[in-house]
Amino acid sequence: MKRTLAASAVLLYAFLHAPLLVLAMFSFNQGRFTVWEGFSLRWYEEAWRDARLVEAAANSLWIAATATLLATVAGTLCAYGLWKRESRMLMTALSVSLVTPEIVTGIALLALFQWLFRYAGLQLGLHTVILAHVSFCLAFVVLVVLARLRTMDAALEEAAMDLGAREWEAFLRVTLPNLLPAVLSAALLAFTISFDDYVITSLVAGVDTETLPMVLYAMARRGGSPVVNAISTVIVVLLGAGILLAEGLRKKP
Amino acid sequence: MNTRLRAAALAPAAALMIATVGVPFAVLAAYAFQSRGAYGGVVPPWTLENWQRLADPLYLGILLRSFFVAAVSTALCLVMAFPLAMAITRSGRWKNLLLALVMLPFWTSLLIRTYAWMFLLRDTGLINSLLLKAGLINEPLPLLYNWGAVVLGLVYAHLPFMVLPLYAALERQEPHLLEAAADLGARDWQAFWRITLPLAAPGIRAGILLVFIPCLGTYLIPDLLGGGKTILAGTLIQNQFTAARDWPFGAAVSLALMAAVLVLLWLEARRREEPLL
Repeated sequence: MKRTLAASAVLLYAFLHAPLLVLAMFSFNQGRFTVWEGFSLRWYEEAWRDARLVEAAANSLWIAATATLLATVAGTLCAYGLWKRESRMLMTALSVSLVTPEIVTGIALLALFQWLFRYAGLQLGLHTVILAHVSFCLAFVVLVVLARLRTMDAALEEAAMDLGAREWEAFLRVTLPNLLPAVLSAALLAFTISFDDYVITSLVAGVDTETLPMVLYAMARRGGSPVVNAISTVIVVLLGAGILLAEGLRKKP
Repeated sequence: MNTRLRAAALAPAAALMIATVGVPFAVLAAYAFQSRGAYGGVVPPWTLENWQRLADPLYLGILLRSFFVAAVSTALCLVMAFPLAMAITRSGRWKNLLLALVMLPFWTSLLIRTYAWMFLLRDTGLINSLLLKAGLINEPLPLLYNWGAVVLGLVYAHLPFMVLPLYAALERQEPHLLEAAADLGARDWQAFWRITLPLAAPGIRAGILLVFIPCLGTYLIPDLLGGGKTILAGTLIQNQFTAARDWPFGAAVSLALMAAVLVLLWLEARRREEPLL
């Protein structure tokens, strides 16, 4: 039994990790084809020289940074409010947003924007993408921060108020500092989800805005190239490092 | 408690949820009961026609197929995740590292993890290259752009969702139970079927839900790994809003999919003492 378990665990870890490792390995391949021809950084150089890719990456960074900031602020405040007293309706809305399939979220937002823009002369673009990202990141932020708040002692804030602090002072000077690791971890999670999104983004981006996942998707659908391997490797390494950092922060007491 | 502060704290999130969840779904609901315009817009009269079309064998078939593909992927995830979760529970001081290793690919990027399989499976991909080089095959095997590749991608992407709740359920089990069973003469597999498995039931149910729901609404994985030949509910919705330009019908499919997801969640939430989220 024990040996069967260990053997199946090894196989399953290989299944989980080998595809990404192989993908990363061939990003350093000299040749274009899936035959090892020696080490080279040429695909990284090629990615870096591709103006369309660099612009898309800049868009993605800007969208993710803005959406993360907004979702983290709104989500942290929301978690704080819910911690004080539950709101069934808001919790339900957040849960619905969490379980809605991405394609449905994207279509629903697209329908909303089209409907709005019939009356106002606006267009799809960066701003609609950012709004969509704030929306789908919010529930994740609330979830992470609320989980941390539920382990905290409400008496701390009451003690601060007994000693003369106003409620918002107690929040800013007692609760928030205690909450900071969870807030940072939520922000990193939001950043990851935002930076990675293709389905919703491609629907609400309009024709002039392109993000990195959109370019990668187009390249993948055309059959892919080692450049996709190179960009993938950079993204996986950076996001992986961010998530490990977030996990470390969250575990801190 | 100062309710003004609480109201102010909730206001931004509440406004956002109304604007980006409440109103859009209301718009979709209004679309789903209207007709398709000559140029693809949404026009009155109000009608139930879009809902009747859902019963059309063509579309019903796609919806049933989505359920079937999600069910197969979920079953495979369960079969693979169970030994993995058991091994992690019994790994002593390696536990945290092994858990992190399950989580890591899950947090990286769905698009990239799916592309990794394209890279392995395509005609010029690694598997075919190696097999050709070894002389085992003369022409590339058609590994990509079929249902097998789609299910493989779904299992790969959602395996961690199954491992975590299983691990949480197994971790809570008292190891003495298995020792007692062994003392009383139970074999390993008897103890597994009659103790480990029944006690893991809540974790199994949570895992099934966490895998089945995203699989049901998947769009990206069948689009990339199925190469447009594998139509599921997500593909159908996307198609109505782009190529087919039939927004009312697309809205009806979206709402039907959403209803399926919410009913599944509701059924599970009713059985649990603690909230799902």
